[in-house]
Amino acid sequence: MPAVSKGDGMRGLAVFISDIRNCKSKEAEIKRINKELANIRSKFKGDKALDGYSKKKYVCKLLFIFLLGHDIDFGHMEAVNLLSSNKYTEKQIGYLFISVLVNSNSELIRLINNAIKNDLSSRNPTFMCLALHCIANVGSREMAEAFAGEIPRILVAGDTMDSVKQSAALCLLRLYKASPDLVLMGEWTSRVVHLLNDQHMGVVTAAISLITCLSSKNPDEFKTCVSLAVSRLSRIVSSASTDLQDYTYYFVPAPWLSCKLLRLLQCYPPPEDGAVKGRLVECLETILNKAQEPPKSKKVQHSNAKNAILFEAISLIIHYDSEPNLLVRACNQLGQFLQHRETNLRYLALESMCTLASSEFSHEAVKTHIETVINALKTERDVSVRQRAADLLYAMCDRSNAKQIVAEMLSYLETADYSIREEMVLKVAILAEKYAVDYSWYVDTILNLIRIAGDYVSEEVWYRVIQIVINRDDVQGYAAKTVFEALQAPACHENMVKVGGYILGEFGNLIAGDPRSSPLVQFNLLHSKFHLCSVPTRALLLSAYIKFINLFPETKATIQEVLRSDSQIRNSDVELQQRAVEYLKLSSIASTDVLATVLEEMPPFPERESSILAKLKKKKGPGAVSVELEDGKERGELNGGGDRGGDAAIAASNASTPSPSADLLGLRSTAPASGATPSAGSLLVDVFSEAGPSATSAGVNDDGFLRFVCKNNGVLFENQLLQIGIKSEYRQNLGRMYLFYGNKTSVQFVSFNTTVSCPGELFRSTKTVEPLVEGGAQVQQVINIECLTDFIDAPLLNIKFRYGGALQNISLKLPVTINKFFQPTEMAAADFFQRWKQLSQPQQEAQKIFKASHGMDTEVLKAKLLGLGTALLENVDPNPENYVCAGVIQTKAQQVGCLLRLEPNAQAQMYRLTLRSSKDTVSQRVCDLLAEQF
Amino acid sequence: MLRFLLLFSRQGKLRLQKWFTPVTEREKKKVIREMTLMVLARPPRSCNFLHWRDLKIVYKRYASLYFCCGLEDQDNELLTLEVLHRYVELLDKYFGNVCELDIIFNFEKAYFILDEFLMGGEILETSKTAVGIAMEEAETLQEVTPPPPPPPLTHTHGHLSLTHLPKYVNMFSVLFTDNGGVYE
Repeated sequence: MPAVSKGDGMRGLAVFISDIRNCKSKEAEIKRINKELANIRSKFKGDKALDGYSKKKYVCKLLFIFLLGHDIDFGHMEAVNLLSSNKYTEKQIGYLFISVLVNSNSELIRLINNAIKNDLSSRNPTFMCLALHCIANVGSREMAEAFAGEIPRILVAGDTMDSVKQSAALCLLRLYKASPDLVLMGEWTSRVVHLLNDQHMGVVTAAISLITCLSSKNPDEFKTCVSLAVSRLSRIVSSASTDLQDYTYYFVPAPWLSCKLLRLLQCYPPPEDGAVKGRLVECLETILNKAQEPPKSKKVQHSNAKNAILFEAISLIIHYDSEPNLLVRACNQLGQFLQHRETNLRYLALESMCTLASSEFSHEAVKTHIETVINALKTERDVSVRQRAADLLYAMCDRSNAKQIVAEMLSYLETADYSIREEMVLKVAILAEKYAVDYSWYVDTILNLIRIAGDYVSEEVWYRVIQIVINRDDVQGYAAKTVFEALQAPACHENMVKVGGYILGEFGNLIAGDPRSSPLVQFNLLHSKFHLCSVPTRALLLSAYIKFINLFPETKATIQEVLRSDSQIRNSDVELQQRAVEYLKLSSIASTDVLATVLEEMPPFPERESSILAKLKKKKGPGAVSVELEDGKERGELNGGGDRGGDAAIAASNASTPSPSADLLGLRSTAPASGATPSAGSLLVDVFSEAGPSATSAGVNDDGFLRFVCKNNGVLFENQLLQIGIKSEYRQNLGRMYLFYGNKTSVQFVSFNTTVSCPGELFRSTKTVEPLVEGGAQVQQVINIECLTDFIDAPLLNIKFRYGGALQNISLKLPVTINKFFQPTEMAAADFFQRWKQLSQPQQEAQKIFKASHGMDTEVLKAKLLGLGTALLENVDPNPENYVCAGVIQTKAQQVGCLLRLEPNAQAQMYRLTLRSSKDTVSQRVCDLLAEQF
Repeated sequence: MLRFLLLFSRQGKLRLQKWFTPVTEREKKKVIREMTLMVLARPPRSCNFLHWRDLKIVYKRYASLYFCCGLEDQDNELLTLEVLHRYVELLDKYFGNVCELDIIFNFEKAYFILDEFLMGGEILETSKTAVGIAMEEAETLQEVTPPPPPPPLTHTHGHLSLTHLPKYVNMFSVLFTDNGGVYE
C-alpha cells in the first residue's frame, strides 16, 4: 500500500469513496449519494455544533460528489467557516471547496474576501499562499476589485518570502488577464521587471510569466526587460548542467525558465543595442550547437527538455526573421527532426517549418525538404502528423513545385482520412488556381479533384472552376472536351454532372464539330445522368437543355420531347415542372433572335479574391480575414441584395416568383445579366456568399415582426432547427438589439453566418458571430442601430448555415420600427389641445377606422400604448373611454413630435385611431403600425 | 498558459479536473467528453500532440491514467509534456509509488500538490524539492493538531483492500523502465 494519508486520513471519506466505487449501476451510485447528502444535510442542520474535523470531512465529501458530476447546493457556508479555522488542513479543504465550487452569491463572496484578507495579512507564508491560490483559482471581478491593489505590494515587498512572491506574481497575472483595468502596474513596473534578476530561480520562473503578459500588452513600458532577459538567458545557457541544482531537469539547466525567457523576447524586435544583440545571437548559436552534442541522458525527459528550448529558440529566430545565417541553421535543424525516430519531434518540425516557409530567407531552404515531407504525407501512421505534413506542403508551394505538390496531394486524397479531406480539397483547389500557368492543367486538376473526392468538393470549388472557364476563352474548348470525357465514366459524381452541364451548355459548340461529341451525343450523355441526380442538379441540366436548343437547333425536337414528357412537365417538384413548362414554351414561341439574346453566352465574372481562399481562412479560425469577408458580404447586400443579376435574362422570362432553387444554374446573382451593361454596384457582389441553392427558406416574417411593435423582447423566430430570441433597448435615436441564436438540434451548425441589411435611414453596426454553433448551444449577436431619419422599411436579417450538409437560408425582418425611437412627453390637457390644433394641416394627420381583432380590455390597451413608447396622458380627452398619447420621435436629423388619439367603440367592436405629427410620413407609418396591434 | 488539465482512466473515468480559466459547467462536461473520446481513440505510439479548436492538446499515458491538457497557441508542447511528467513525479514523491487509487482516494491531495506546482495555468515552482517542502510544511502544520487517527481501512470493507490491487500498475515502475513510448 502506498504511503498514503500522512496522519490526516478521513476515514469516513475513504469509506464513502469505496462505497461509490462498489456501486454496480448508476442508479445505485445516485442512491448512495442521495443517502450521503441527506446525512450531511442533517449534520449541518443539527443543533450539535460540528467540530472542525467533521466539518472538513463533510465538506470534502460534498466536493467529491460535485467532482463526480452531481450538483451541490449547500455546504458553501460550512466551507467558508473552514477558511477561518487556524488548522491548516481545515483551511486548505475550505479553500479547495471554494475554488472548485465558485459561487457568485454576493453575501458569500464578501465573507470569502474577508477570510482571504485575514490570511493575506497573517504574515504566515503558508496561509498567504493558500489565500493567493484561492484568488487565482476564482479570479472573479469582485476579487480583483478587493485585492488587485494589495497583491503588487506583496510581490515587491522586501520582506516577502520567496514562495509567497511566486504565488503573488502568478495571482496578479491571473487577475490581470481577467480584469486588466483593475490591475494598475504604473509605480511597480520597474520593480517587477527587476524580479528577472532575483536570486531565487523559482521567483524568476513565476515572475516571468507575469512580465511576458504585461510586456505583450505594454511593450514600451517594459522594454528594459529585454537586456535583463538576455543576460539571464546567457547565464543559464552557459552554465554547466549541475550548476542550478534543483532547477536542473534531467541534466538540462532550467528548461522552463529558458523557454519563458525566449518567449518573452518574442514580444520585442531584435535588440537595438549591439552588445545585447551579440550576446543573444551567441546564446541562440549555443542552443543550436547543443542540439548536435551527444545527449547527457537517454531519458526522454532529457531530450524533451532540451528540444523544448531548441524549438523555442527557433521560434525566436523566425520571429526576428533578420538573421539569414540563423534561419538557415534553424531550417537544417528542423530538417534533421523531420526524419527523427520520435513522432513528437517530426510533428513539431513540420509545424515549425510551416512558419519558416513564409520567410524569404529560408523559403528556399525549406523547399529542399520536399521529398521528406511528401514521404511523411504518405507514410506517417498518425493522422495528426499527416495533417501537419499537408499544411507544410501547402506552405512551401510556389510556382516551381506546384505541379509536383498538387499531384502528391491529389494522390494522397484517394486514401486521406475523412477528417481532413475537405480541407485538403480546398488547399488543392487554391494551389491549382494560384499557380496555374496553363489553365488546362487547372481544369484537369479540379476535375480530378471532383473525381477523387467529389463528396468533399464544396460549392465554392465547382463554382470557381466555372467562373475561371468563363473568364478565360483560351481554356473553354479544352474544358468542354475534358468534361465531356469525364462524363463518360460509368459512375461519375454529381458535382461532375453539374460542372459538365454548365460547361457543355455554354461551350458545347466548341467540340460539336467532332462527330464523337456531336450535339446529340452531348445531350444524350448529359441526359443519361439526369435521373440519378438531385433536384438542384436536374434544374441545372434543364437550363443546359434550353441552351442546347439555342446552340444546336438540330437538337430542338429531341429536347422538346424530353421537356414535354410527363416526368418533366408534370414533375411533382414545382421548380422542375416550372422550368420544363417555361423552357418548352420559350423554345416554341420565341423567335431564334429572342432565344439567342435570352440565352447568350455568360459574360465574364468580375475578378476578386477567390472565395475558396476565404473559405479556407474561415475554416482555419476567425481572425482579420473573416472580418474582411464579412465586409465584402455586406457590400454585396447593399448593392445587389435585392435584384438577381445572374441569369436575369432567363429569370426575366420566368413570370412568376422564383422559388428558392429557382436560380437556374445555382449561380444566382453571380454575373451581370447577359446583354445588359453590368452596373458598377453589382460588381461588388460577392458571388459565392450569395449563391447556391438553398434547401429551406422561410418567407419574410411579417407576423413575427408586427408582434414586436409594442414590445422589445421575445422569440422572433422558431422552426425545428433554430430559435431566435430577441432583446432590445432604445435610447433617444440609438438602439441596441441582442439576438440569441439557439441551435435546437444536437448537431452543430457550420458556416453559420448572418448579415443585416438596413434601409438607408438607419445605420447599424454588427459584430459577426462564430461560424460554428454547437448542438444545443446558443450564440449571441449584438446589433447597434442609429436612426438617422424617419423610415418605413425594417432591416432585414439573413441567416445562412449548414445543417447536416444542407444549406439553410432564413430571412427575417428585424423588428426595428419608427416608434422605437419615441421619447414619452407628459403634458397637460390645455397644452395637448394647443399642439393638436397646430398640427391641423391635412397631410399631418393620419386616421384609420378598424375592427378590433383582440378583446378590448382596458389594461391590455394601456400596456400596448405604453409599449409603443409614448406617454399615456390622463384626464385629457373629455371622453374617459378614449386614450390620448404624446411623444417625440428622436432621429439624428430631426425630432418629430407626435400626438395620438384612440377611440374605442365597445358596442361596434371598432376603433378610430388618429395620429398627428409634424411629418406626414411619420403620422402615416405610426398609424399603420399601431392599427395592426388592436 | 494551460487552459485545463484532466486526468482520466483508460475507461474514460475522470479522476481530476483543473480549469485555469472560467468555464461553465456545461462547457466543462463537453470538453471532458470530447477529450476522453478523442484521446482514448488514439492508437498506441501516436504522437502526443493534437490540434483541437484553437487549442493545442498534449496528452500522455502513465500506466492506467491519461494526463491531458489544453494549451494556448504560443505554448511549447514538449515542455508541457514535461509539466505532466513533473506532476507525476511530484505525486510519486508524495504518495510513494503513486497509483490511480491514490488519486481516487486522496483526490484532495492531488489537487493540493497541483496547486503547489501550477497557478493560473503557469508554472509556479519547478523544483521538486521546493514543492516537496511546501507539502511537508503543510503536513507539519497539521500535525500540531492531529485529528482522530483513522482506523485501518482494511476492516471496513473486506473486499476492497487497498493493499491488494493487482490490476493497478504503479505509474512509476512503468515509467522508469524505458525511455519513451513504452507506456503505451
